[in-house]
Amino acid sequence: MSRKSDTVRPLLRVRELSVRFGMRGGRDIAAVSDVSFDLAAGECLALVGESGCGKSVLVSALLGLLPANARTSGSALLHRPTHDGGPGPAGQDEPLDLLAADEATLARTVRGRRVGLVPQSPAAHLTPVRTVRSQLAETVRELKGLRGKELAEATRAAAGRAAFPADHLDRYPHQLSGGLAQRAATALALVGDAPLLLADEPTTGLDRDLVERTVDELRAHTGEARGLLLITHDLAAAERIADRVAVMYAGRVVEVAAAGDFFGGPGPRHPYARGLLAALPERDFTPIPGMPPELGRLPDGCAFASRCTRASAACARLPAPDGGVACHHPVTTGRPACRHREGSTV
Amino acid sequence: MTGTALPALELDSVTAGYQRRAPVLRDVSLTVAAGESVGLLGPSGCGKSTLAKVAALLHRPYAGTVRLGGEPAGGWRHRAPRAQRTAVGVVFQQPRLAADPRLTLAALIAEPLRATGRGAQATERVAQLAQAVGLGDDLLARRPHEVSDGQLQRACVARALALRPRVLVCDEMTAMLDASTTAALVAVVEDYRQRSGAALLAVGHDRALLERWCDRTVALGAVAGPRDGTELRSVPRAPADRSAG
Repeated sequence: MSRKSDTVRPLLRVRELSVRFGMRGGRDIAAVSDVSFDLAAGECLALVGESGCGKSVLVSALLGLLPANARTSGSALLHRPTHDGGPGPAGQDEPLDLLAADEATLARTVRGRRVGLVPQSPAAHLTPVRTVRSQLAETVRELKGLRGKELAEATRAAAGRAAFPADHLDRYPHQLSGGLAQRAATALALVGDAPLLLADEPTTGLDRDLVERTVDELRAHTGEARGLLLITHDLAAAERIADRVAVMYAGRVVEVAAAGDFFGGPGPRHPYARGLLAALPERDFTPIPGMPPELGRLPDGCAFASRCTRASAACARLPAPDGGVACHHPVTTGRPACRHREGSTV
Repeated sequence: MTGTALPALELDSVTAGYQRRAPVLRDVSLTVAAGESVGLLGPSGCGKSTLAKVAALLHRPYAGTVRLGGEPAGGWRHRAPRAQRTAVGVVFQQPRLAADPRLTLAALIAEPLRATGRGAQATERVAQLAQAVGLGDDLLARRPHEVSDGQLQRACVARALALRPRVLVCDEMTAMLDASTTAALVAVVEDYRQRSGAALLAVGHDRALLERWCDRTVALGAVAGPRDGTELRSVPRAPADRSAG
């Protein structure tokens, strides 16, 4: 499924990314734990999971937008696209670790320029007291350095790229429908031609037609040159555009699979991912019993064990990711059998 | 719609909106029998949330009648007679906007009981409700900012059931939630309906969900014509029919 599999180097390489929030009383919240994945140019990776599983914290970590009480570890290497026509001599090929970069670097060279964010709630993301044109023009001016007539033209062009109608540019955010507000926010995210797009629940609250249009547009903007990380709890939206799916549970990625296998015949292999998919009204419509554990009080072993029908004594130990699934008792789906690795490297 | 005596909820030629000259709903009628569940489908901005608010006596229509159990609505919002106000339970789309941030989840669930002078039953009833929606003691002691959207919505569903309403209005109850929490909360509502015989009006845009959940679905959509307006039509259960969703 994943196109560009021949690309040696991904656009984004995340390794053992963890985020801890230090709380009062010395308690720690393990919001994200040991997350590793690659994202190639031209690829859409959907990160799915229920609310509170750490998806949005992961996005904030990649943008350096975590609050002061957060501690991160691991790495998130952002490479320049292989066929990059961007600025700088060829020698500037060193990847940038988004977790280690300082605020000045992130603010001046990363946000908007190398990583674009399509936000969760466009209505809240846009400034309510300024028109769409004014906000878009500001972004174009900052990122492209244009002035005057050129700026006005580039602003219109930027709106056009996200299919935002030019005759709505002088409207304020509250005068826009949900779909148009989403396009305005997408237009802002696309201005800087960032090779990596992060879309954090871009379809929350939109109706089905708008969800489909929004994700189709995101997919189209991804094209061949960009990578798209789509954070969503909407499995239908993920199925529609994703090349690969990563399932997150209690701060960990428990399964990464090709979208075709995940949603199609073989189905997910992790019991949680299977349960999540089975809960869809189109499928069994049965909930997974219980609720996810508190991120401040995670068990030592598998965090899903207490809700899992396949759990055994082995689940008191943390399962290491193996062949894309982190489970001691993955569902066998007729694909090549996977080895059980007992050593805990994670 | 059905032959039984008095429908639990009846909207008769309701015209409602926020500007008198340009109402969102025009002449809409809808009947939900006791024990029946009706899904109301429609795209963003078609007026389905306005209709839900009118049905829950939270928004006064410009014209038309709302009847609960055959009785015409005696007022709107806080002016609605208590017996009618408490006969309708409402769950909104965004639990964070529907929950007082100062209250613990236990106090949140108990609020309707306290407000109607039934505070003495609160402890017992909250325990029942919390168990039904799957909230443990630990979560009940927390405030909204300390729980996830899904957990807070569980509390909001429990609150809506606290006074044993005869009509439940769920306006996009699960739009913010993942598949498993959605299925869990729908199961809670259906369990209550089965035991109580309450009527349900479930508003949403997720056709697959409402068709699975409800006895029948109707679609709210704009009518092209000389006069702007809305119409309600029942939706055939054909997955291929995309025209109405």
